[in-house]
Amino acid sequence: MEWSGAVSLGAMTQRITRDEVVHVARLARLSLSDAEIDEFTGQLGDILEHAADIEALDVGDVEPTSHPLPMVNVLRPDELRPALDRDLLLSQAPAAEDGQFRVPPILGEEP
Amino acid sequence: MTMHEPSLPKEWELVVGLEVHVELATKTKLFCGCENKFSHIPNTLICPTCVGLPGSLPVMNEKAVEFAMRLGRALGCEIHPSVMARKNYFYPDMAKDFQTTQYDQPTNADGQLALADGTVVGIERAHIEEDAGKTTHVGGGGRINDATYSLVDYNRAGVPLVEIVSRPDIRTVEHAKAYVSELRDILLAIEVSDAKMEEGSMRVDANVSVRPTGSDELRTRCELKNINSVRSLGRAIEYEARRHVDLYTNGEAPRQETRHWDEEGGRSTAGRSKEDADDYRYFQEPDLVPLAPTSEQIAEIDASMPVLPAARRARLGERSSVADEVIVTVVERGQDGLALGAIEAGADADKVLTRIQNDLAVDDWSAVTSESLAMLIQMETGGELTATQAKQVLGEMAAGEHGGDPKAIAAAHGFEAMESDELETLVDQLIVDHPDEWSRFVGGDDGDRKKMQGFFTGQIMKATKGQADGRAVAQLLGQKSAG
Ligand SMILES: [Zn+2]
Repeated sequence: MEWSGAVSLGAMTQRITRDEVVHVARLARLSLSDAEIDEFTGQLGDILEHAADIEALDVGDVEPTSHPLPMVNVLRPDELRPALDRDLLLSQAPAAEDGQFRVPPILGEEP
Repeated sequence: MTMHEPSLPKEWELVVGLEVHVELATKTKLFCGCENKFSHIPNTLICPTCVGLPGSLPVMNEKAVEFAMRLGRALGCEIHPSVMARKNYFYPDMAKDFQTTQYDQPTNADGQLALADGTVVGIERAHIEEDAGKTTHVGGGGRINDATYSLVDYNRAGVPLVEIVSRPDIRTVEHAKAYVSELRDILLAIEVSDAKMEEGSMRVDANVSVRPTGSDELRTRCELKNINSVRSLGRAIEYEARRHVDLYTNGEAPRQETRHWDEEGGRSTAGRSKEDADDYRYFQEPDLVPLAPTSEQIAEIDASMPVLPAARRARLGERSSVADEVIVTVVERGQDGLALGAIEAGADADKVLTRIQNDLAVDDWSAVTSESLAMLIQMETGGELTATQAKQVLGEMAAGEHGGDPKAIAAAHGFEAMESDELETLVDQLIVDHPDEWSRFVGGDDGDRKKMQGFFTGQIMKATKGQADGRAVAQLLGQKSAG
């Protein structure tokens, strides 16, 4: 079957708007230029359009997949394992103080 | 103590739902083998997984899952297959930048919790999640918005939690407090958490709104955080409900937001709310496979379930006629097994329960057994001990004196049976010795009678070195004056 690569710009903008991309970028703390926002709006639209192809199929009998591996209940016993050396760990951090990670001021409310 | 503030005007009804986070008492964390305990030395209970180092992978703790299901069943929930999800937010208390939790498929759903007075509160869900680390804000008086920087300790990061979400079924402050007490009693009974609010192993957030009395609408709610005791829960809910009523009365309306309870100031304050605060972009955790508890596992949990506080109260209620508060106290202190044993050994149920409630409010009563308590109560009902003496003997039994044997303790104090005919002889003699007082007792007005009863009782106590039973004396005096 020949893939109809010519997805119209109209369809893409219906899948995701520029404002939505700006919003999602802000949630992910990504700083994007105007050109990048345009570029990703197009790319994300393509991805969503591709996923939307599934909508054309009748999947009523297919169980939703939450995980690709056919496994459940992978558990470990409640047993202690040695902790990591604190000084080694803190030496990897940009800043440390009094045995703790030192981070820049946090604005806004605590979650 | 401040004056009792009036509750809501009767045109308004309180609507409360509670979200309670409970730390599970496992040995290790939820996704790694680091120790789950409190440590004053920061960042000593950590590993690559709980500090979110690249390449580390979580593996679920089977005990945490078992404890969560145990709690679910104790709350009458259905247990469902579940998947873990990532709740994404940027805050340094979670090094991974997401919290692993359950979202649309929680382990436990649709339960209920019955309060001591019979009120039933619906449980929407009780899901498994991990705790976050602890941040300390430095500079600016320790307030987050003014701090110059913050310090992070990940000892608590990854500690297993269950979040129990109630339905908005709570209508009074008393019921909110009773819900938390009942939940704590259940947690202790099923031994999944030490449930200490003051130490943070049980944390309560309250969703508060009000509505016109008689309507069934749900109005805008505010979520109150930083509530550190049952008392503070009551104050916070009352304050918040009144704030809403005031806003509506002035033609305004509350905003849906998270508010911080300030216990010292006795008020709630708005956090800096961001419009995207609730946009956590949940998605399924790809590093963990689903949980699918088998019916055998659930049956095993049900079979090992201890008798829960509500059933324990009912058990004592059936056997006695004391006030509900007495039973609530005895069960809350975990002394109901002791009481039940003593009752079954033949002691008077009401006497057992009131004696425990009044005279066994101690931390350690392990030296008192059902048998020794039954013996004590039988000595009291049989007239071998007065009420005052029984109280004293029980105190010494709890302290483990004379091996906790009531007979030995009573004997050591010379508390001996005062036969009733012995007492009667004594009373007769006193009447002969004090004819004036006796005639005032028999023929005087109420004041005289009362005064003379005190006189004769005092004389008898003096003569018996306090061993006579005050009630028996009063009864004898009454009989003599009537006959
Ligand atoms: Zn760890």
